[in-house]
Amino acid sequence: MEFAIGIYLALASALFGIGAIGFLLRRNALIQLMSIELMLNAVNVLLVAFNRVHPENMAGQVFAFFVIAIAAAEAAVGLAIVISLFRLKQTVETDSADELRY
Amino acid sequence: MIDRIAFGVVALLLLLSALRVVTSKNLVHSVLWLGLTLVTTAGAYLLLSAPFIASIQILLYTGGVITLMLFGVMLTRRGEDIAIPNESSEGGRALILSLATFGLFTGAVLKTPLPQEAPPFTGSTAELGREILGPNLMAFEVLSVLLLAAMVGAIVIARRRDPGSQRPSLGLRIEAEAKSQEGKS
Repeated sequence: MEFAIGIYLALASALFGIGAIGFLLRRNALIQLMSIELMLNAVNVLLVAFNRVHPENMAGQVFAFFVIAIAAAEAAVGLAIVISLFRLKQTVETDSADELRY
Repeated sequence: MIDRIAFGVVALLLLLSALRVVTSKNLVHSVLWLGLTLVTTAGAYLLLSAPFIASIQILLYTGGVITLMLFGVMLTRRGEDIAIPNESSEGGRALILSLATFGLFTGAVLKTPLPQEAPPFTGSTAELGREILGPNLMAFEVLSVLLLAAMVGAIVIARRRDPGSQRPSLGLRIEAEAKSQEGKS
């Protein structure tokens, strides 16, 4: 069965690149969290695509499953930190978090 | 042929919505575009014959993470200023770094001999379940502990610390109680 994994790899790298640009360019902590989600998603697409080529032990899908669960935990803790930062500084710009002690 | 067309639609939607996530001026729009990105990713999983991963992508990401993000946006905005500026002093360098990363990946993809065929897919959700709860049982249990720790951690970090209503520590309270008991006797 013909299956071009290359296009999926290209799609995942483009998605990862967009996420990386967002993380580096934007100064809003929430957008940066969303960019991290984009990058994790790109990696998940890769894992599932490779699982399609080597379906013997479903390792790719198992990994994608774990990555999704850990991304959810990361989003929860990240948002808690952002809200905590907002309480302290009244802003979510990451440039404002420049003091070790407040 | 039909899967090529489906992939084209998915890829186009995915990249377009991901770009909008990063470039939107309005935070709420960003979150909604992220929702579209995540749903379209589930579509990509379906094209790769991974229905279970697609369904937990919808359940966990679109159901959970998007809701969380919306809460985050609503909780951290002050009246009119949700239209946030999209500027950075390091913009040029960030762009170069990201494009270099993308180029690196693309170069690696183009240089690697990739399989052009895939065996007919035999996996099923049942097999995935056996794989997760069999050889990967330890990781699965550790994951549940991690999720519990993340939940407790998120509550502790995000809890409002109001100095006025802070209760004295347990030790102080026990001491005070002991003193009041002494006073009574």
